[in-house]
Amino acid sequence: MMLPWLLLIPFIGGLLCWQFELIRPNTAMPRWIALLSMVLLLVMALFLWVSGDYSLSQVVGNTPDWQSQFQLPWIDAFGITFHLALDGLSLIMITLTGLLGIMAVVCSWKEIDRRVGFFHLNLMWVIGGVVGVFLAIDLFLFFFFWEMMLVPMYFLIALWGHESEGKSPVSAAIKFFIYTQASGLLMLVSILGLVFMHYTQTGVFSFDYGILRETPITGVMSWVLMLGFFIAFAVKLPVVPLHGWLPDAHAQAPTAGSVDLAGILLKTAAYGLLRFALPLFPETSQAFAPIAMTLGLVGIFYGGVLAFAQTDIKRLIACSSISHMGFVLIGIYSGTLLALQGVILQMVAHAFSAAGLFMISGQLYERLHTRDMRQMGGLFGRLGALPGFALAFVMASLGMPGTGNFIGEFLILFGAFDVVPWVVVIASAGLVLSAIYSLILMHRVYWGPPREKTTIARLDGREYAMLLSTLVLTIALGLYPQVVLDISQGAMHEVRHWFAVSPSFAG
Amino acid sequence: MNILFLTPLFPLLGALVLAFNPRLPDRIAGLVGVGSIGLAALVMVWLNVTFYGGANEGVTQTLWQWVAVEDFRMGFSLYLDGLSLTMVSIITGVGFLIHLFAAWYMREDLEGGPGFARFFAYMNLFVFSMLLLVLGDNLFLLYLGWEGVGLCSYLLIGYYYENENNAWCAFKAFIVTRIGDVFLAIGMFLLFAQFGTLNIQELLRLAPEAWGRGDLMAELAALMLLGGAVGKSAQLPLQTWLADAMAGPTPVSALIHAATMVTAGVYLIARTHVIFELAPMTLGLVGLIGMLTLLVAGFAALAQTDIKRVLAYSTMSQIGYMFLALGVQAWDVAIFHLMTHAFFKALLFLTSGSVIIACHHEQNIFKMGGLRKTLKLPYACFLIGGAALSALPLISAGFYSKDEILWLAFDHGHTWLWLGALFGAFLTSVYTFRMIFIVFHGREQIHPHAGQGLAHHVPLIVLAVLSTFVGAMIHPPLENVLPAGPEGQFGHSVQLMLEILAAVVAIVGVGIAAGLFLGRRRLVRSLVQTKEGDRLWRFFNSAFAFDWLYHRVVVRPFLFIGRLHRLDWVNSLMNLWPGLALMLNGLLSDTQSGRLRWYAAVMTGGAIATLLLLLLL
Repeated sequence: MMLPWLLLIPFIGGLLCWQFELIRPNTAMPRWIALLSMVLLLVMALFLWVSGDYSLSQVVGNTPDWQSQFQLPWIDAFGITFHLALDGLSLIMITLTGLLGIMAVVCSWKEIDRRVGFFHLNLMWVIGGVVGVFLAIDLFLFFFFWEMMLVPMYFLIALWGHESEGKSPVSAAIKFFIYTQASGLLMLVSILGLVFMHYTQTGVFSFDYGILRETPITGVMSWVLMLGFFIAFAVKLPVVPLHGWLPDAHAQAPTAGSVDLAGILLKTAAYGLLRFALPLFPETSQAFAPIAMTLGLVGIFYGGVLAFAQTDIKRLIACSSISHMGFVLIGIYSGTLLALQGVILQMVAHAFSAAGLFMISGQLYERLHTRDMRQMGGLFGRLGALPGFALAFVMASLGMPGTGNFIGEFLILFGAFDVVPWVVVIASAGLVLSAIYSLILMHRVYWGPPREKTTIARLDGREYAMLLSTLVLTIALGLYPQVVLDISQGAMHEVRHWFAVSPSFAG
Repeated sequence: MNILFLTPLFPLLGALVLAFNPRLPDRIAGLVGVGSIGLAALVMVWLNVTFYGGANEGVTQTLWQWVAVEDFRMGFSLYLDGLSLTMVSIITGVGFLIHLFAAWYMREDLEGGPGFARFFAYMNLFVFSMLLLVLGDNLFLLYLGWEGVGLCSYLLIGYYYENENNAWCAFKAFIVTRIGDVFLAIGMFLLFAQFGTLNIQELLRLAPEAWGRGDLMAELAALMLLGGAVGKSAQLPLQTWLADAMAGPTPVSALIHAATMVTAGVYLIARTHVIFELAPMTLGLVGLIGMLTLLVAGFAALAQTDIKRVLAYSTMSQIGYMFLALGVQAWDVAIFHLMTHAFFKALLFLTSGSVIIACHHEQNIFKMGGLRKTLKLPYACFLIGGAALSALPLISAGFYSKDEILWLAFDHGHTWLWLGALFGAFLTSVYTFRMIFIVFHGREQIHPHAGQGLAHHVPLIVLAVLSTFVGAMIHPPLENVLPAGPEGQFGHSVQLMLEILAAVVAIVGVGIAAGLFLGRRRLVRSLVQTKEGDRLWRFFNSAFAFDWLYHRVVVRPFLFIGRLHRLDWVNSLMNLWPGLALMLNGLLSDTQSGRLRWYAAVMTGGAIATLLLLLLL
């Protein structure tokens, strides 16, 4: 019964952080508690990783193939239960959450000096909410966690954020909140609609994923419900034109916030699409696929051009995420196993590379007190090892072979080529664009004549270890991606199966 | 053969050691950087010994299963046959000499400043990637090397990053080659979709079974591969980056932008020659691109003032010859020319590096002059290298490879290509000896200090020997890998005649260069001073103004689009909602003015309106 513990550790850890600060202000205790809970979370996830069997299930049955489950009754009148379950997909995402949770705690070690306990309370609760999203398979519970992770994130941005281009962090936080809240509302309506459809067919209320998945829905209703889910996830992914909150939220969030936003919060959207949108509405999703892929293409190019035009280093990285998630969208809706596996890898790899880049911009900010690239330039020789790491992560972000990002992107493209060759050909041109905006970052920040001759504080041991471990993970993914692919194979096989059962499938 | 993996491993280890210890003393960093390539070269010697002693057949060494999803199975596997052995030998052999020279060059160049270890880290990483490129047994692994060499090229072009311009040159090189890489990627998608594998040997086996000669799919696949090759090898229309790539340190130009990386495109086409044989139209295009490039580059080299840019354009033009050879299905000759070119072009670049250091970082040939008395060894090396580049008969290595290309182009019935190549050969000897006469003859304008030391002399002398007929005696073991090409139409007498013709053309070129550039150069000067002459000079100097064209057609529109999106107009549309809310808010809050008179009026008005409604309805 480890599943509830995965959920409880961050929540309890967060409360402890907060209480400790109330009892004894100005200690490092909250940091250590937060770190400990994250390590505990990671260790448990790794234990599940090693002990479980996530290989390809030969027969895809009608019941989902969960590795472990946990169920408690909750609101019987509406058939709502506290139902958690875990398969390869959720396990990968939870492990990622644990890893990035550690990064987030470590990278705020010096950056955050106000209300440390409350900060970690929020951080831990964001992570708890995300873990809940990855575990819940009762749709009501899923929605509960989906909304729950927003509130602490709002506080992280609003209370510990930075000003950017004259805008206060509170406005960015509000923007983030309204966008996600409004889209969450759409999802709630869709969930309720789905449940009522099921009720009218069977006379039983149920919010359970496994049961609702069997509900046949056709016609206009299926489009409306599917779009409700899609828009909710599209805001979070984000898909152009619903991306407006992302650059602001990223630019103004503290480093830990950005790391978690890019690393795991965005991934909840892709997870949602894979777990709910496709299997619940296979036919409609099938019919919707061309539109979704077009949106993906628009995202790749629009995000890329946007990234190129930024002057704020964190906004540049944020916009590049939009571009990268365009590939994810194309991969998801092409529906081949190869592309879906690529999606998983792209998500994990992007989490690392974006986290690395955000940590570096945080470290630059601590040293230079600006994120404006027009005031940088020529920093390569003045920062010790930091520019080397920056170079490595920039290369990862442009999909250099040897990094996980390359495998992810190329598996998506290889997989989708069978189904939609033209989309792939156009998307490939995005590789040039990603090279342009990535190298522009190097160019504006590190190359060129140095403004002063003095050296700036070099990386300390904590920062070095943080960047090095992220880099090692990125490269390990690029050279031995099977570690992840083997775990996700069963789950992706199932998604492919559900997506492919519809008769209109072309491939 | 089980030590094959050591060849790339040593450079990789060297790169890692240097990358993580940037403050190693120069002496140790040099030892690590040069030593790792030396060890790789030793392994290469061993590979050669066992290869010639063995069955001459391809051997695969799988290191680990890289990716496996359904049919998509890519091994991290190395494949050694005659072709990859030739490439490995060039990369580690010539690479070692260049590294050795670089140890001298960088010490002189940096004068104790930082960056020595960084330089060798990049260089070692480059050799590692290049080895993976030629050893990869599937296209996926080849692509890893392919992008890796691009990265190292980028880093090394921008090595002197404090100069803004160098960084832009590096940027340009990366982006332009990346455009080619996209084509290569699409080619890989296409091949995988067709055959379900990316293993090169399997592809070469399956392709003729599935495709007929001239099938659309075959043409498309070949065209995509060609796109990749054109970008990496700086051929038309993606050639613009190479001349700017000279911003890097000179040993880099020798290793990456002459001897190895830029020939990767030639390797790729030779490696996948079966696909090109099935695509006659694309194959014709390969030859045509080669010819056009060698002519454009030849004219451009005539009108350069920077010694390295002359060499850069000559590299482009020599790779043009290799493409031409591929286009006329003279596969093995293309690789043979690749090898001799690696020798003499590395020699020329290293020597020019020696000259540049001797002349206190002066690169303008018109500011040198008369160096033959003071720089004896570089002069001799330049003469030997220049002779090989111009394919002067019998004594030079270039003669044997280039004349073979000319002859086979004619023999396989491509008369136009042959004519272009012959004219290119004429241009080559003119621009080569123009450079030599201007730099080493005439009035002395600068006081050079000659390079000293073994690290300086040994690479130059070894490469000089290899650039003579001695180098041409090395025959790459390509018989089992590359087919002989179609039957020729002509006999030996024709061949002899053509060879004599080519030799005469080359010598005439030298003569014309002597007439124009030895002495006072009055004729050239008066020509350039006319209006048309000046215009022509600038046109050639800019290599037919491709940069200008691309700037207008591609760069400016892109920058414009970038500016347009700076404010994210899609997002601005979303901001209409808060605007609407604010407007409504304004309307309503205006009614709460706090003035009694207003409230009373509204109340009365409201009451009357309600009453009226009640009465009327």
